[in-house]
Amino acid sequence: MKNAPGRSGLIMEEPLLWEKGKVGRNGMSIPDSDVPAAHLAEELCGPGPDFPDLSEVDVVRHYTRLSQWNFGVDTGMYPLGSCTMKYNPKINEKHAAAEEIGVAHPMLEDEYCQGTLRIIYELQNYLAAITGMDAVSVQPAAGAHGELAGMLVFAAYHESKGKKRTKILMPDTAHGTNPASAALCGYKPIPIKSGPRGILDVAQIRELMDEETAGIMITNPNTLGLFEENIREIAEIVHEKGGLVYGDGANMNAIMGIVDLKKCGVDVMHLNLHKTFSTPHGGGGPGAGPVCVVDSLAKFLPSPKVEFDGSQYRLESDRPESVGRMHAFHGNYAVLVRALCYILTMGAENLKKATQYAVLNACYIKVKLKNHLHLAYDRPCMHEAVFSDKRQQEFKVSTLDIAKRLMDSGYHPPTIYFPLVVHGAIMIEPTETESLEELDTFIEVVKEVVHEAEIDPDLLHNSPQRFKVKRLDETQAARNPCLRG
Amino acid sequence: MKEIDELKIPEGVRYSNDHEWAKVAGDKVRIGVSDYAQDQMGDIVFVEMPEIGDTFAAGDEFGTLESVKAVSELYAPVGGEVVAVNETLADSPELINQDPYGCWIMEIKPDNIEDLQNLLDHEAYLELLQGQ
Amino acid sequence: MRYLPHTDADIRTMFDVIGVKDFEGLFQTVPKSCRYDKKMDLPTPKTEWNLNSYMAEIKSMMKVTPSHTMLLGAGRYQHHIPSAIPSIMGRSELLTAYTPYQPEMAQGTLQGLFEYQTLTARLLGVDVANASMYDGASALAEALLMGIRVSKKKKRVAVSTAVNPHFRQVVETYFRPTEFEVVELPFGADGRTDLSGLAGQEGFAAVALQSPNFFGVVEDMEAAAGAVHDAGALLVAAFTEPLAFGLIKNPGSCGADIVCGEGQSFGMPMAFGGPGLGMFGCKDQFIRNLPGRLVGETKDLEGKRGYVLTLSTREQHIRREKATSNICSNQGICTLTAAMYMASLGGTGLKKLARLNYDKAEYLKQGFADLGAKICFSSPTFNEFVVEFKDDFQPARKRLVEQNIVAGLDLSRFYPGFDNRFLFCVTETASKEILDTVISEVKK
Repeated sequence: MKNAPGRSGLIMEEPLLWEKGKVGRNGMSIPDSDVPAAHLAEELCGPGPDFPDLSEVDVVRHYTRLSQWNFGVDTGMYPLGSCTMKYNPKINEKHAAAEEIGVAHPMLEDEYCQGTLRIIYELQNYLAAITGMDAVSVQPAAGAHGELAGMLVFAAYHESKGKKRTKILMPDTAHGTNPASAALCGYKPIPIKSGPRGILDVAQIRELMDEETAGIMITNPNTLGLFEENIREIAEIVHEKGGLVYGDGANMNAIMGIVDLKKCGVDVMHLNLHKTFSTPHGGGGPGAGPVCVVDSLAKFLPSPKVEFDGSQYRLESDRPESVGRMHAFHGNYAVLVRALCYILTMGAENLKKATQYAVLNACYIKVKLKNHLHLAYDRPCMHEAVFSDKRQQEFKVSTLDIAKRLMDSGYHPPTIYFPLVVHGAIMIEPTETESLEELDTFIEVVKEVVHEAEIDPDLLHNSPQRFKVKRLDETQAARNPCLRG
Repeated sequence: MKEIDELKIPEGVRYSNDHEWAKVAGDKVRIGVSDYAQDQMGDIVFVEMPEIGDTFAAGDEFGTLESVKAVSELYAPVGGEVVAVNETLADSPELINQDPYGCWIMEIKPDNIEDLQNLLDHEAYLELLQGQ
Repeated sequence: MRYLPHTDADIRTMFDVIGVKDFEGLFQTVPKSCRYDKKMDLPTPKTEWNLNSYMAEIKSMMKVTPSHTMLLGAGRYQHHIPSAIPSIMGRSELLTAYTPYQPEMAQGTLQGLFEYQTLTARLLGVDVANASMYDGASALAEALLMGIRVSKKKKRVAVSTAVNPHFRQVVETYFRPTEFEVVELPFGADGRTDLSGLAGQEGFAAVALQSPNFFGVVEDMEAAAGAVHDAGALLVAAFTEPLAFGLIKNPGSCGADIVCGEGQSFGMPMAFGGPGLGMFGCKDQFIRNLPGRLVGETKDLEGKRGYVLTLSTREQHIRREKATSNICSNQGICTLTAAMYMASLGGTGLKKLARLNYDKAEYLKQGFADLGAKICFSSPTFNEFVVEFKDDFQPARKRLVEQNIVAGLDLSRFYPGFDNRFLFCVTETASKEILDTVISEVKK
């Protein structure tokens, strides 16, 4: 680990907010009142919440110290499969935080906010161009929200055809949000097992697809990082029985400029702007999950929709077949601004390069590590590769132990225990913004951890060593939940 | 995770394919989960139990076991009506990990006490585990 | 390109290691029939400087600017945001961090969320608050679905028509594909929800009111809790302006079972409607049915206090189709922003700011009343109220926009019979001068 970046720390203690402060301190400049005190009925009033009183210094120091306990993409690499943790450009932050956008109230008349409407309109068009689809709504506030929008489009479509369908085909590699979103629309997920090559088996789909089935939810490339080669045939089978194909676009980073999703037979799909389109993860959000459809389904998209009549941008609400409103306003707007800036910065050629380099990076790691970690499918992968802890089991070292030890070298661990079809899965997605040197250092670190697993398993069992806390007791947290102070 | 030869598989109880056990207690039947089941789950943090008076057919879901990272459905090995649930599990779900056969989850009045014969005995359950 | 570090030499080295001679060699598994066979139709890439010019052009198309005072609320509010907040919340350790699934390297996010959960629970008067939903509208939809899950057998929910219209539209969207029915409850001449339709009814799993409601009216939540509980249902209390609870009784103390609403007022700019923050909390007994992420306190191997995501088995990544919701993300950095705002304001400051908002709104309200305009609802309001002008207000409103004041929201498109009725909002950002200017425009 001599060259590994994470070997020392500047870790300050910092108590909880209510363990600090003094009554009467104040951290915000509140204007004096310039109007008379109005009459106020007693019975209306409450005592106000029990919040600590803190000075600006207290608050700033508090959050500064908290931030120093965190790892971020700006700190180092997150090889998280399925998450596409690429670099978050700073110019995007500048524009998302622009005052002119900050003060735009979403209920203003269209004529007053042509700028903010134009941003939505352009983003809609660019996302359609990138995916090959025809119409887009940027209202959904997250990938799962986009999936829900997609399922609602399915339901609206089938209703328009006079038949409510009750089932949906669900690959066993699907992300958990897929069945959860389907269930919200009353669809029972029918599992499809992936075949020995890690991709969907056409024969099984032909057998299971019927006129009770609304369609299929596919991720392509799938969560094993493998391209679903038979997708067109699968789409034909589904369409033949009147069903629709949903594309989970979480892995879009593997296919920009290479694959046309409409040609694949996808009817409805969502994108994750916080993955492929570089918007920051924010410690869990906000993200954005635009939903894209083919022409014939455009009328079902959420409302209102931004239209352009040649001179003016407008919010169109008169859309009788729309699935309705998904968000109080236009989704996570500032996230949309960042994504637009990213697309304008990259352009077509660089987005395609991003895809090419992302796949290049993953294939490189796959080749370099396959003799050290068990490779789940020894086949060409795309932007992510799935390994497992099979070879470490004899030393009683699990995927979790490997992950915790990797942290000690300054790397966020890869995605672990997903997809479920691989026992002890370790899914590595470097993304295109990691350089060759970074990959080589990462590979060396993984090899060293694998070696440590053989000669000193307890070192891994007691990892991580170098952070503010050691391994945390998640069992206690679940048995005796303490969810507030 | 334990090896097969480390697992407890007592005689005197019957086992289902889903790793529940059923034991006669007078004219009632007590139901719990096997040592294999609790070992696979890891530390159990919560047990969702049915209510007294609920009725189930064999194979119906009657509750769930939750660990930190997983949820496992519980299926009735035989049909009947719930007459008691083990209240101590509400505060101490870890008892199932500590004593899977002493710690019953529910007690039912079976529709037909003969149904227990349809379940696996000690040998048949061991065979099932070896095949896993 | 500055985000793509690979040099030609790097690429050649990597091709050799992998055993391909070009990029096409990496995409062998993609059939020709799936290929994007033209160039993506996107504009030429912009340098940082060109992008700045481009965005400046777009911003210049906005007719409402940072110089405008917004006397318009309706679910999105103009409040002062202390500079310390964007400064600290822009720190990349907080902003570029992933979801804290590996808690040891995310204690900043996790402690921050635990603090948010605590402050929110105290603010709303609930036992537990989650780490946020997307926004107040989807939070309301999820709260009603939660009510249905808890009730196990009931199939109906009721929502007051005094709830924000966009929130109600989102509820409708979520409920349309389900077998559950959403019933509307009317509001009375006093601007409060009329719950008389609940008397003697069974079969409602949950009833939702918003307070302060869309009209700014403070509902009688204690009476509502009584009526709703008598009907065997859970009370869902929604809100769009959390600042109100620095002054009025919080919904938990009035008997609400589930509380949900929009937290944007706490440190987030209006930003054309997003991102926002769905605040969500409930009584202890419903914890296992709560959607969304939860952070819990625990200890590490050495007994040191630490924080982790917990009760995850409710969530989609474990429970899949049986999850309490499909939600994966939360609002992340917005959640910490709200916590930092609540910390900066403090208990004392929150009360003072709430009172200031109240007094200013009352001043404008009185000003209109003195001119003979009709204050539509007699019930107490917080920082929003509905006024009906004698003459057509639109010309005056247009003149006020020219004077950098956005005066109210035309309600006629939301409620039948609400012609010439406007929803005004007054926050601490509106000086007495501004309010006097509006009053004098109306006088003309």
